[in-house]
Amino acid sequence: MTADSPAVGDGASRTPDDAGAPPIEVRDLSVAFGDVPVVSGVDLRVERGSLVGLVGPNGAGKTTVLRAIKGTLSPDAGEVRLDGDPADSLSPREAGRRVASVPQETSLAFDFRVRQIVEMGRTPHLGRFDGHGPADDRAVREAMDAAGVARFADRAITEVSGGERQRVLLARALAQETPSLLLDEPTASLDVNHAVRTLELVRGLVDGERAAIAAIHDLDVAARYCDEIVVLANGGVRAAGPPADVLTAGTLRDAFDAEAFVGENPSTGTPTVTAFDALDGADESGGAESTDARESTDAREPRRVHVVGSGRSAARAVARLAAAGHAVSVGVVPEGDAAAGVATDAGATAVTAPPFAAVPAERRAEAVALAEEADVTVAAGSGERGETEANSEAGANAAVLAAGDRIARIDDGFGDSELLDAVRECDGNDAADR
Amino acid sequence: MSAWGRAAGWSAALAATLALVAVVSAAIGPVRVPPTAVVKAVLNALVVPTGVETTAQGAGTLTLPGVDLVYRSPFAFPVDRVHQQIVVGVRLPRILMAALVGFALAAAGTVMQGFFRNPMADPSIIGVSSGAAVGAVAFIVFPTALSATLVLPLVGSVDVALSHGAGVSLFAFVGALAAAFGVYAIATRHGRTPVATLLLAGVAVQTFLGAVISYLQLQAGESLRRIVAWLMGHLSGAGWSDVAVTAVVVPPLFCVLLVYARDLNVMLLGEEEAQGLGIAVERTKRILLGASALITAAGVAFAGVIGFVGLIVPHMLRLVVGPDHRVLLPSAALAGGSFLVAADTVARAGSTELPVGIVTAAVGAPFFVYLLVTREVHEL
Repeated sequence: MTADSPAVGDGASRTPDDAGAPPIEVRDLSVAFGDVPVVSGVDLRVERGSLVGLVGPNGAGKTTVLRAIKGTLSPDAGEVRLDGDPADSLSPREAGRRVASVPQETSLAFDFRVRQIVEMGRTPHLGRFDGHGPADDRAVREAMDAAGVARFADRAITEVSGGERQRVLLARALAQETPSLLLDEPTASLDVNHAVRTLELVRGLVDGERAAIAAIHDLDVAARYCDEIVVLANGGVRAAGPPADVLTAGTLRDAFDAEAFVGENPSTGTPTVTAFDALDGADESGGAESTDARESTDAREPRRVHVVGSGRSAARAVARLAAAGHAVSVGVVPEGDAAAGVATDAGATAVTAPPFAAVPAERRAEAVALAEEADVTVAAGSGERGETEANSEAGANAAVLAAGDRIARIDDGFGDSELLDAVRECDGNDAADR
Repeated sequence: MSAWGRAAGWSAALAATLALVAVVSAAIGPVRVPPTAVVKAVLNALVVPTGVETTAQGAGTLTLPGVDLVYRSPFAFPVDRVHQQIVVGVRLPRILMAALVGFALAAAGTVMQGFFRNPMADPSIIGVSSGAAVGAVAFIVFPTALSATLVLPLVGSVDVALSHGAGVSLFAFVGALAAAFGVYAIATRHGRTPVATLLLAGVAVQTFLGAVISYLQLQAGESLRRIVAWLMGHLSGAGWSDVAVTAVVVPPLFCVLLVYARDLNVMLLGEEEAQGLGIAVERTKRILLGASALITAAGVAFAGVIGFVGLIVPHMLRLVVGPDHRVLLPSAALAGGSFLVAADTVARAGSTELPVGIVTAAVGAPFFVYLLVTREVHEL
């Protein structure tokens, strides 16, 4: 719809809320530093009332995208629109009234008072000869209260801690009273308490109809606070959408080159990401460089792996194997078992049975079939137990194990590499057999 | 209190200090004049226009009515005629010149330290002083040739030669601006002037101009003494006409700097931040650089290279009034005036007169060391 709206020309005179143009819109943005392309073909939009998280590996261009939106670097192609107007048609003052940014770091030189720094946020609202009016004083006071810096407003900026300094920068951005907010790693130097408070504050501002875009390192934090996540990798957008849709093992492998398990944080109900080092194949090439390791990982076909066992060990095995890209199944496990929960998160098949009861025959057969199909069957944890009634869980699992061709056994408290090595070894023997 | 209110308060206090220092300075010298006599002499010299007088002036065959303002002094205190002459004719122009030069250098130093966010920045950092020195030294060495090149295209005759003092000042001024513009042009690419590049270009140009000055000194022969005196900075021989020119140039430029004081504050956050806060960064940088170069050039054109005023005074005042340029800039400028008047008084009070640059450096450097050791100025 914005594409059809009339071209600019009347730039500054348009009020920010007409035409339903999004506060921030980036179209087909490409930026290169010299001959090195940093980002290309990036599209994104931030609507009013929406907090967009920009995630991606180091050097993916998150800061570059933010700088392009701020207007501190000019794109080689594409455009940035603020409230529907091309950013490069706006004067610095006008742009400063539409977008405020909280930088990752700042070189606050000379010992200005915290209050003076926050007052500088009013600059785009002041004419050359204007003094601070009541509206400016109010904006500064509110911003300092909101960011929690009022307590040390009269201290020198050079004397406050790194975390306090970051909040001062946030206060300065709030004092700008802009419809849009850019944050570059807003919580990078904050302790957990202040990180949460900062993001809750931003969340609150966004719910009050502002738009915000934040480059965020911590995927769990991004998932918890953002309405939408844009994954930036290799200079382009890899995925975009609600956190639960975007944060998947596949996307993360693609974007970060990392093996990750995405579960649900029980206290917030939002996705939580656990990344693993991509160990696979590292020792096969005799401790070669990581690129080789990655190539051999890519070359390796994902395997069907069936996990037998329950409780934490089995849950860990399922999570780790799924993260490594294997097609995982688990069973028979009691309903509500940790392994069953992880299997659901990881998109693995779980064969469950009611706890403390006989395992229904069809469930047992199902699990046996999965084990037969699997390339490798993993016996997780101290499998042998005294009780061996045929229709008990242990009995059923003994049958499942018997059905598997190649069994990898791992103990409780196994290490990452132990599990993957055991699976690879089994699989490797098999490959040699064939 | 608002920043401008604080600025007015500090300015009033420091202006009063400057006036006091000036009166004391005018009393000191080989002939001692009582301070009360100084004040009376100055007041006697004040004139106000009291009326208009029409005169008939002959210009060739035409006779035009001319209009002249009539000035009259409202005061007529009884003052020893010799004292009156010494204070108003000899000491006052020199004191005013010192005040103006100190004012200009301290103002430019304040702006440069903020601009470069570097405590070691001073007005000469963009090559202004070196350029002025080359211009002045060149004129001292080749006075006839240079005044000819300047005068010939304008008047078409070599007979009109520049007076020596005016020639040195003029060439110093032109040299200062040429050097500053050269540094700026070297550091500018695609309309952007990165501050770090500017700093390095300034160093390069200063080094080169230093070589030129050394070469000219080798060629100087008998005029070497005058070159050395100029390079060390001096205020002797300042007359009312020099004061008049400087007084016309310096205050408007200072006003330009003052108008941009708030922008300079925001620029201290870094250029990207400043732009995000609505500052037209490159334009502001050009204006600040241009005005600083001009005001410095006006200062050094008459007085030669006077070091440390533009370095020390801004530091000192930043410790007292804080870093807000709206307050700092006028305070530092006025304090710079007082500092140079006092230093020049010391320079001329002894039995042999010293170049004032020696005094400022001798007083300024130890004080700077004191600041470094005690106040952690190196951290800014």
